[in-house]
Amino acid sequence: MDFRWWALLIALSLPGMWALVAVIVDTQHPGRMLGADAVETLLLHFGEWGLRILLLTLVFSSLRRRSRWKSALRYRRLSGLTAFTYLSLHFFVYLALLAGFSLTEIVKDLAERTYITVGFAAWVTLLLLAVTSTNGWQRRLKRRWIYLHRLVYLAIPLGLLHLLWLTKAGYIEALTYALVYAALMLERWPALRKHLPTPLNS
Amino acid sequence: MIRRAVRDPRWYEITQESFVLSRRKMTGLLAGAGAIVMTPIAAQAALQPDDAQTPEELVTGYNNFYEFGMDKGDPAANAHQLTTTPWTVEIAGAAKKTGTFDIADVLKGIAVEERVYRFRCVEAWSMVVPWMGVPLAKVLSKFEPNSNAKYVEFTTLKRPSEMPGQRGFGSGIDWPYVEGLRMDEAMHPLAIMVTGLYGKPLPKQNGAPWRLMVPWKYGFKSGKSIVKIRFTERQPRTSWNVLAPQEYGFYANVNPAVDHPRWSQAKERRLPSTLFSPNWRETLPFNGYADEVASLYASMDLRCYH
Repeated sequence: MDFRWWALLIALSLPGMWALVAVIVDTQHPGRMLGADAVETLLLHFGEWGLRILLLTLVFSSLRRRSRWKSALRYRRLSGLTAFTYLSLHFFVYLALLAGFSLTEIVKDLAERTYITVGFAAWVTLLLLAVTSTNGWQRRLKRRWIYLHRLVYLAIPLGLLHLLWLTKAGYIEALTYALVYAALMLERWPALRKHLPTPLNS
Repeated sequence: MIRRAVRDPRWYEITQESFVLSRRKMTGLLAGAGAIVMTPIAAQAALQPDDAQTPEELVTGYNNFYEFGMDKGDPAANAHQLTTTPWTVEIAGAAKKTGTFDIADVLKGIAVEERVYRFRCVEAWSMVVPWMGVPLAKVLSKFEPNSNAKYVEFTTLKRPSEMPGQRGFGSGIDWPYVEGLRMDEAMHPLAIMVTGLYGKPLPKQNGAPWRLMVPWKYGFKSGKSIVKIRFTERQPRTSWNVLAPQEYGFYANVNPAVDHPRWSQAKERRLPSTLFSPNWRETLPFNGYADEVASLYASMDLRCYH
């Protein structure tokens, strides 16, 4: 394994390590790192870092296309899987600490609270991508793998919608992420259009 | 006035000796000046047996005061920039005495009382806070509102030079922050103007020099750092109601039966809420003050007027 891959892994693990330390410290001294509303803090921490790293994942594709830097794809996979890990932890905190694993509560939330429905849909999409992220699946699916993994362009807008809908006021944060996403999409639009299975403009 | 715990004390109750002492000192000082009357009122009785007072550092360190920033810690970090002396209050609208008054003159002659109230935020967390304050009715009566005064509107200070949250458009709120009550709500004995907490002067992040406290309504109804009180015939245009009318009604009475469109209001996390003891509890109608205030809304459909 090359040094840069490990460096990236360590960098991407930092938010997770912070969470680990925070949970340990808070077990001894409630509130010291996670504040007055610990569940909320942890939930937002994982959600935010998951989204940020998911956006970073798109940067690696752009870099590879622009620079012919082949190994960028290995970093992309690492980045994508880290994002999925944080978003799964985000989901787990919701399931365990907010919903208390109560099936009725979860079903009610999924049915009634659109932002939760949308967030869940985004997570399921990412689950599919995480499962098929291996070399084996890449080989098996061949060209279809590329189209399948374009579902990330569904997952991110769903995630942004999830964030937007749960925001009480102050849309700066959601807007910032949306702008970053828009910029990344703008950058790759010519390339995407060229490789669409059916031409958009005929 | 410190309530005795009826069960084993929790971690945060054990650390409170220092504040008990400082509070005694403060109380002694102020009582010497004839300012404080400790009144056991109905609101105290409405506390539940497990309503332990929220630690002072949470009450003063975990705030929604968007004038100073959107994060819960921003007000504590930024509010020191605020100048609270001198502080004048403009009284306007349907009253005999209107004009601009110094806050000291407004408060003169009204005894400060301690009121321990539950505080329920619309975001589904809650606290129990020992406020110091004066009955709102006594303040309002001084200005002799007339029969056209059906509502009363409270305006928070707008001073972007000292309130970083008012610079830029971060929150989406059209400053200044405006809140309002129906006249009979405002005159209710539970509604107070807060001038202190934990026996000390009100910290700036909590709305110094004075703020509203209407314990049966969601926290956003209780405006901070009030500079203007206006008596009106028509229902005031209140900030959150203007921003998202389907989510924040004018009345905003705490009501477990009416969910916020995006989250449940049936339960609340009593702070401090930790990972292994999230401290969930059932939210009570009118935040537990139904006996005192439900009659104000006897003929109203509270689903409609949420």
